[in-house]
Amino acid sequence: MGASQSTESNLAASIQRHLSKIVVAPSFAASLFFVYGFILWTGYMAFSKSRMLPVWDWAGLRQYERLWQMERWHVAIENLFIFGGLFIVTCLFIGCLLAVLLDQRIRAEGALRTIFLYPMALSFIVTGTVWKWLLNPGLGLESMMHNLGWESFKFDWLVNSDMAIYTVVIAAVWQASGFVMAMFLAALRGVDQDIIRAAYMDGASLPRIYFGIIIPSIRPVFLSAIVVLAHLAVKSFDLVIALTGGGPGYSSDLPATFMYTMAFQRNQLGIGAASAMMMLATVMAIIVPYLYSELRGGKKNG
Amino acid sequence: MYLRKTILATGVALSALATASFAHAEPTAEVLHWWTSGGEAKAVAALKEDFQAKGGKWVDSPVAGGAGDAAMTVLRSRVLSGDAPAAVQLKGPAIQEWAEEGALADLNDVAAAENWDDVIPAAIQDVMKYEGDYVAVPVNIHRVDWIWANPTLLAKVGADTVPTTWDEFNALADKLQAAGITPVAHGGQPWQDATIFETVVLGLGGPEFYQEALVDLDDDALNSDTMKAVFDQMRKIRGYVDADFPGRDWNLATAMVMNGDAAMQIMGDWAKGEFLAAGKVPGKDFLCAPTPSENGYLFNTDSFAMFNVSGDDKIAGQKLLAELIVGEKFQETFNLLKGSIPARLGVPMDKFDDCAKKSEADLKSAQDAGGFLPSMAHGMALRGHLSGAIVDVVTAHFNSDMTSDEAVSRLVEAVELAKD
Repeated sequence: MGASQSTESNLAASIQRHLSKIVVAPSFAASLFFVYGFILWTGYMAFSKSRMLPVWDWAGLRQYERLWQMERWHVAIENLFIFGGLFIVTCLFIGCLLAVLLDQRIRAEGALRTIFLYPMALSFIVTGTVWKWLLNPGLGLESMMHNLGWESFKFDWLVNSDMAIYTVVIAAVWQASGFVMAMFLAALRGVDQDIIRAAYMDGASLPRIYFGIIIPSIRPVFLSAIVVLAHLAVKSFDLVIALTGGGPGYSSDLPATFMYTMAFQRNQLGIGAASAMMMLATVMAIIVPYLYSELRGGKKNG
Repeated sequence: MYLRKTILATGVALSALATASFAHAEPTAEVLHWWTSGGEAKAVAALKEDFQAKGGKWVDSPVAGGAGDAAMTVLRSRVLSGDAPAAVQLKGPAIQEWAEEGALADLNDVAAAENWDDVIPAAIQDVMKYEGDYVAVPVNIHRVDWIWANPTLLAKVGADTVPTTWDEFNALADKLQAAGITPVAHGGQPWQDATIFETVVLGLGGPEFYQEALVDLDDDALNSDTMKAVFDQMRKIRGYVDADFPGRDWNLATAMVMNGDAAMQIMGDWAKGEFLAAGKVPGKDFLCAPTPSENGYLFNTDSFAMFNVSGDDKIAGQKLLAELIVGEKFQETFNLLKGSIPARLGVPMDKFDDCAKKSEADLKSAQDAGGFLPSMAHGMALRGHLSGAIVDVVTAHFNSDMTSDEAVSRLVEAVELAKD
């Protein structure tokens, strides 16, 4: 009796000890297979002759060559840089500004915070559809201004091939800047109040305190925000589909919508896979240095 | 290639084993389609009723979304896992692509028994056959090259018919514009831009040029002065649409013609359904006329491709389904609901509306004149990657201030790139 009890308790103890690993194992295996396995598979497909169905015939770099010869891919890449750059910079600026303003211990802070953060709760499809209506010249802002009597008002970016990508920036900034604000606000609240008080004592002005002390001390948040925003930018798909449908023409195509078109509408799995790998490379170019600096920084501090 | 075929074969064999064990006599067919709303859903229901009345067991696999993209993704995985549905809504050269993979079943015995060679128009037979064998069945013929016009607006500038040449079209559009009427209702989506483009190619170049340029992808035709003239005309039409056209759905453009906000729309005859649903009468409330061309007719035919299945009940179901689809009764009911015309010659047209009757009459004359041609914009003429390359150039030209010369050189380049 005693012996079996002790094996039981041994078993229980070892389960207890490994419980976290056991619980995590299935999701670890699943992500290993479904994420990394499929990345490898896509990587191979980009070197294959696949068109309608995946095939294993080796094509070398042919799919990448064809990809880079396509005018539409160049438009998509250019749009990614315009969109990504403006999106990240504007979101950081607006988010930071809102956070600093909210940080002034104002009334109704909770309500305002919720209002600013709320767009993040919407899906990009909803954001895209609403902004499509707002920005449509015959339906939204422009027609409203005309009805109010301001006849010369013109805001036709949505239907202008040169400007359509900027409407995507507007909608995306509206959606994500509240989230950036929340990140910054949390960081601002974490800044040591004693340092700030000390600066006050020394007679530093409020802007000076922010620029000289607070913002430098929350630098890591900038990095995290940039990484979150950058990957949102690279994988943007639904917003473009809902807002502009990639148009007019394909002038607001992004790599993700390009990939979808090639792989699922045009039976060009090979080119689709190659463009997906280019997107992965873009994300890696941002994430890897970040992870590297984070991990190294962690060691230094620890 | 070989490996994949082996996988396919093994898959088919395994599913054969699985079904053989509890096979029974009832003919069964699983139908994968994306006709899930409106008249299309009713049309599919009509087929289902017919099939069940003949003692068949219908397994419905509707996959809505993305105008068939979602269904095609499902189809790929089903075929790769060796469990293909019996019948799949597929059209145009996509049928050939699947046939090349060895995935389609041979329907020659049904075809012989039912005389398909005599009742299906020859150009459509070509689409349904792979290396001479029937592998798919057509359900309808939509005509793409239509102009839908609002007679009240035309009357305001003294016109009572739709133009029959592109010069007349431009003259009329100029007059309308001068009178403050939007001449052309259009939705700026790539496929709609391409729809106008192909009707202009057919009109300005003639059926022979259309065949060379958009079906055979002949370099000389693509890189010709005629093609430049086509792009010039596209630029003109761009001037005739209203400012808010980008992204607009086709049915909203149709509504503009219906409500008197624009005079004409160039669109396939699915637009007719919008007019009829609103209780409008052809010839009185709206006009239907072919876009200017000499005996041209661009067809867009939906069809069901029959995939390799195993088990007597499934094969019997598939054959019964194929027979019913091409049958006169189904062709009539389906097309009355869908707004198209039968893909079978000799079906009585007396229940159809005037536009459909005109479509059928024109089909015959176009066929005799060699102008009965597959639509490029609607995936009847070219494989997806080729038509996609053309549509990209067309829509980029239409939505920018690109010159016709540049459009032509880009067109040649894009087709060249897509070919290899």
